Amino acid sequence: MISPFGWIFLNFKPSKMKYLKLSAIVFSLTLILASCSNSSDNPESADDNFDRGAMLANWADNIIIPAYTSFNAKAADLKTKTTEFSTNPTVEKLQELRNTWESAYVSFQHVSMFEIGKAEELRFRNRVNIYPTDTAQIEGFISTGEYNLDLPSTIDAQGFPALDYMINGLATNDNEIISFYTSHTNAEGYKNYVNTLASTISSLSAEVLTSWTAGYRDVFVSNTASSASGAVDKFTNAYIFYYEKSLRAGKIGIPAGVYSNGVLPEKVEAFYKEDISKKLLLESITATHNFFNGKKFDGNTNGPSFKTYLDYLNTIKNGENLSALIDGQFTVAHNKANELNPNFVEQIATDNTKMLQTFDELQRNVVLMKVDMVQALNISINYVDADGD
Amino acid sequence: MFPTFSKYLNKSTSAAPLAVFRVFFGLMMLVSIIRFMLNGWVYKLYIEPKFFFSYYGFEWVQPLGDYTYLIFIICGIASLFVALGYKYRLAIIVFFLSFTYIELMDKTTYLNHYYFISCVGFLMVFLPANAYFSLDAYKNPSKAFLRIPKWTVDSIKFLLGLVYIHAGLAKLNSDWLFKAMPLKIWLPSKYDLPILGDLLQQEWVHFAFSWSGAIYDLIIPFLLLYKPTRWFAFALVVIFHVLTRVLFPIGMFPFIMIVSALIFFDVGVHHRILGFISRLFRINYSKVISMANEKSFRFKRNFTLPIVAIFLAVQLLLPWRYLLYPNELFWTEEGFRFSWRVMLMEKAGYAQFTIKNTEKGEQFVVDNDDFLTSFQEKQMSFQPDFILEYAHYLGNHFKKQGHENVGVFVESYVALNGRLSQPFIAPKVDLLKKNESFCRKDWILPFNDEIKGL
Repeated sequence: MISPFGWIFLNFKPSKMKYLKLSAIVFSLTLILASCSNSSDNPESADDNFDRGAMLANWADNIIIPAYTSFNAKAADLKTKTTEFSTNPTVEKLQELRNTWESAYVSFQHVSMFEIGKAEELRFRNRVNIYPTDTAQIEGFISTGEYNLDLPSTIDAQGFPALDYMINGLATNDNEIISFYTSHTNAEGYKNYVNTLASTISSLSAEVLTSWTAGYRDVFVSNTASSASGAVDKFTNAYIFYYEKSLRAGKIGIPAGVYSNGVLPEKVEAFYKEDISKKLLLESITATHNFFNGKKFDGNTNGPSFKTYLDYLNTIKNGENLSALIDGQFTVAHNKANELNPNFVEQIATDNTKMLQTFDELQRNVVLMKVDMVQALNISINYVDADGD
Repeated sequence: MFPTFSKYLNKSTSAAPLAVFRVFFGLMMLVSIIRFMLNGWVYKLYIEPKFFFSYYGFEWVQPLGDYTYLIFIICGIASLFVALGYKYRLAIIVFFLSFTYIELMDKTTYLNHYYFISCVGFLMVFLPANAYFSLDAYKNPSKAFLRIPKWTVDSIKFLLGLVYIHAGLAKLNSDWLFKAMPLKIWLPSKYDLPILGDLLQQEWVHFAFSWSGAIYDLIIPFLLLYKPTRWFAFALVVIFHVLTRVLFPIGMFPFIMIVSALIFFDVGVHHRILGFISRLFRINYSKVISMANEKSFRFKRNFTLPIVAIFLAVQLLLPWRYLLYPNELFWTEEGFRFSWRVMLMEKAGYAQFTIKNTEKGEQFVVDNDDFLTSFQEKQMSFQPDFILEYAHYLGNHFKKQGHENVGVFVESYVALNGRLSQPFIAPKVDLLKKNESFCRKDWILPFNDEIKGL
């Protein structure tokens, strides 16, 4: 905006011209540099720079898209099994549905952290896994038959937790649960709702997967800019947010009473199923751990990742081996979580200190990632004039 | 000594440099304010948050809800009036007050360059910047002067010199010079700059930037003062500040510094600049010159000089107040702000607050998202005065909610210049029992390392 000054100077005496010209040229060049730095797509040179494009490609091609593909198949399966159950509500079909639900829920732990692009736009995680579910709202929806699950106000009446209630929580034994879908005066309402829940999960998942395979992958991989809108920065923020809020706080901290006076066992994940909250936790720790290491979704090889990126930066910095610390802490947290009772409600009732210990181990990686890793990668959190000065 | 000094005070100089400074300063501020508003930052920084971090003693300065926009509009209009030199004295006072009010609303947004602008604004209240090439002078030729006291122009040069030299001295520490920190963290992340991107991965480049930055800050005022090196120095100013603009998110500051450096130039340059502006706006510049008094502007009141002298003396001393605190400055930040410590450290933290019933032992952890924006949380988590103020805010909040025997504790970790994060605040200290003051904060844990130097 002050470029006019550049040519004021051109009126000056020749003796001063060379400095004027020099500064004018540098000034304009750097301005051009600054303004086009985000749109540049010059190929990274091979040796002296970490290739973020390759890391993003590894994330997208070997982890994110395979994980969504796998989840999407399970979600489609869930939809099929739900239809089968609702057309023929038997104890056997109910059990089949439960198994499919559990397997899809476990699979979801591998995609929940990828809240970027379409998933971010749809608020995918909120649509699929907000717990505790609001049973009063669900019953209201079923009795009136009027609901629109696209509305933000319905996030705690849908997804896996709502299905959990519909297939595990309506009554204390299977026959009574079945009766809601057979002899209940509003059995149609229950059938419709359970079907809507399953098909919503399936269609949301399909929408996210399609967006990745039909173009977003390239947008993501080519967005190597180092700014708050660059893919690495955005994704890192989303990943750490997931680890801190959904995994550490949601699965352990909140039910263990870290954020309240007293424990809140009714807020565990898969509350009605009762015995898989540990399984879901372990799966999500493994998923975030694997992602950190860049491990292929269906394979054992590791590609470019946070770990290799930190190692590269450390060859410049010669500091502590941060990637080893984070990697090790994931293992420690996983082992600690493994000591818990499969049913967190029981664990909280018998010995909540184990829950709190798990929380502490998970917490250590929040610090290592949110403070040390973000600092090392120089991730921008917000766009304001701020950093440094 | 005294005769030479009073002789100096009676010296006069052309009014053109100060007029150019006034015009560019006013325009820069107008652009800055407009840019700030267009970026949506008024809402994001001053209306959206529920709670604002105050400077010690200025707790009464708070955003005014939607009326906050009004302060920005007033500040923008005042900037324009300053540039035009229209009702200058009133305009610059309004500018200084409104701009400073904005900066005092929330210290989360503290930037050295905002402080610099407040300082310049304050100084300009006392300078006859409207004596020449201003609407005031045009409307009332008896107030138009070709010459003004030399010390008035020099006071701005002095302030600029202080900024550079303090910034340079602050870089004389072991992290900056011998570890190339924090540039070693910041520069590699600019991998996507054309040409520079790969170069910025090299360790020698980090050291080259660190050392040349420190040397630049220390010698640039002298190169600008010394006539034979002046144009060379100005070229350096342009290169240096444009480079910082490309590398770091520091907004308008580089442009403001480049334009400010013009004040070091001779009268001829300033007349040409004013002549150029005159041609742009079809002003008859020779008439501007001919209608001004040949005599020098004289201050009617004699308190101006003492005020400016005291102000500059304070500026000279304030950056050194950190010497009164025993611990590592970068760690405790006691005496860190208002000292031209620019781009000196990369610091990040994590702070988790626990509200305890100190009688019954019941406790729960606070989710910072409930009270702070992500930017506020980021700034809070590594600055002790923020942590303390936020703890008190939380304490009051939960007392109002009916909690009893409230104690507020924090578990916090901070990483400084690439060192591994370490515990920051004593976790067993009830922060409600500590109050903000200028005294040493003994509840900050020791920094288990040493940064040598100034």
